[in-house]
Amino acid sequence: MIRRALAWLDDRSGLVSWLKHALTHPVPPRTGWWYTFGSATFLAFVLQVVTGIALATAYVPSSGQAYDSLRFISEQALMGRFLRGLHYFGASAMVVMIGAHVARTYIMGAYKFPRELNWLSGALLLLLTMALAFTGQLLRWDQTAVWSVIIGAAQAGRMPVVGPQVARFLLAGDTVGGATLSRFFAFHVFFIPALVFALVGLHLMLVLRHGISERPVPGQPVDKATYRAAYQEMLRREGVPFWPDAAWRDVVFGAAMVAIVALLALVIGPPELGKPPDPSILEAYPRPDWYFLWYFALLALTPTSWEDAVIVFAPLVFGIVLLLIPIFNTGERSVRRRPWAALVVLFIVVTIGIFWAAGERAKWSPDFSAAPLSASAVHNDNPTVVEGARLFHDKGCEFCHAIGEQGGQRGPDLTEVGTRMNAVGIAGKITNGGPGMPAFARTLSPREVEALTAFLVTRQ
Amino acid sequence: MTPSRRRFLSRVSIALSAAVAAVVGVPVVGFLLSPLTRKVPRQWRAVGQAELFKVGQTVSVTFDDASPLPWSGVTARTAAWLRREDTETFTAFAVNCTHLGCPVRWLADAGLFLCPCHGGVYNGDGSVAAGPPPKPLPRYPVRVRQGRVEILTSPLPIA
Ligand code: FES
Repeated sequence: MIRRALAWLDDRSGLVSWLKHALTHPVPPRTGWWYTFGSATFLAFVLQVVTGIALATAYVPSSGQAYDSLRFISEQALMGRFLRGLHYFGASAMVVMIGAHVARTYIMGAYKFPRELNWLSGALLLLLTMALAFTGQLLRWDQTAVWSVIIGAAQAGRMPVVGPQVARFLLAGDTVGGATLSRFFAFHVFFIPALVFALVGLHLMLVLRHGISERPVPGQPVDKATYRAAYQEMLRREGVPFWPDAAWRDVVFGAAMVAIVALLALVIGPPELGKPPDPSILEAYPRPDWYFLWYFALLALTPTSWEDAVIVFAPLVFGIVLLLIPIFNTGERSVRRRPWAALVVLFIVVTIGIFWAAGERAKWSPDFSAAPLSASAVHNDNPTVVEGARLFHDKGCEFCHAIGEQGGQRGPDLTEVGTRMNAVGIAGKITNGGPGMPAFARTLSPREVEALTAFLVTRQ
Repeated sequence: MTPSRRRFLSRVSIALSAAVAAVVGVPVVGFLLSPLTRKVPRQWRAVGQAELFKVGQTVSVTFDDASPLPWSGVTARTAAWLRREDTETFTAFAVNCTHLGCPVRWLADAGLFLCPCHGGVYNGDGSVAAGPPPKPLPRYPVRVRQGRVEILTSPLPIA
């Protein structure tokens, strides 16, 4: 019965034989676990589409109401919290997996002849994934999201010539308002996913056309004249059917990924909704989701003179280099003969990791919540010293400098400043400031400088 | 079909398809780009009675942007830092840091604006005191009409 139905379907559509062909096509043996990142990326994308559609049935993409609809989804709707968690950690999984997939294909030289277009379509998919991550963060229309649009627009505004126009295009006007969110919604749920679907189709078609790249062997460079024939010959000799010889690993790895995503969604849950998206609430501490945190840190740590280069040209150069990589499309594939390939990947991973860790701690941000120093922390009852300790908090010094356990990390720790500097040095530093520190000559009276200095010299 | 007829018909088909694409494409692209052509409306918005502001004090004031859409909700609101310099004059600073646009906070005791994002610092007059900001805090035009302080709404200060 089922067989007859399938036969009928195949006769009218050809779908069944096509699928059979796709599933059983021979692939190189011993592909191994390194080859599972691509299918995991795709699986994460499918997860995003499914959970995204579910969320969209309750989400109101209106800048006035999105916040309330998200509250409803997270607090009242059946499993809404879990769904939001799945969508959030699914996005994280997609970012991680596409990163791993790109790194893997680069290290194994899988982008070389004849698979240049596989790489190009994949590179575009990487950029689109970043775009999805950014626009998605905004749809969580809380305070951080609103400030992220503003920061994104300010960043775009740094581009030469077209900057302000691009910024207005993003904001859909001159300020964040009625049209901004609808624009991001349309890009996040229609436009970018449509492009992703099209490119994934192309990408998979290309994989079927050229076959999965075999494990690189040192000393067997790709030669345009002979590669294809040698590949076919290898498949004939030792190829194995994709299903199930290679596919089972994709399934196991993908299932593990989904399990982790679901577990995180259950245990940690979606990111909390912050304050409402009201740009007039100035008690805000905008920071991006983790996948952009390293970039946020990079911008905090770049010297001002380099800034435009980092904001505008670095992403541009990155994009161009990414697209140009398949130009080196023949020669050695094995990473043993291309150690720089491994070094480049290692360098990128380590750099991102360092900036990410820096962004987690965000030492450059003033600590507005620093409380006035307690008497025991001051441990001195000379009235001038006590006065200085009070000023240390009130004049904002403590937001950037720590004393003991309290205070910000932006400036040097002053717990033992009295052992490093004398009164003259300290007073000079306070009045004249320095790189990263304002000069307080205008805002402090000589008496106040004296009290602050008296307090600080006792720190040892 | 003769080759010339074939060529003619294929040209007609291509031309018609292009026309159809244009009929749909032009309005779509135009609609997406419309924020670029829209005129920047500016409005004077009252933020409070002048006598409520104390001389020398800097406070944040909230007002609606120039032309909020009916469904903007709270996102239509914007803010500025307003200081009464003396009986006659007021100064209004944008709240957006010139580095990347984060909302700066006024520390009254220190007389400084501080940015939470990357630690930019501005003096009380809006000039840069320290940190990454490349430019002083922008100012909004302010005036007093019939005893009320009014601020001229402006686009987000970008670039
Ligand atoms: S946005 Fe203010 S310092 Fe970066």
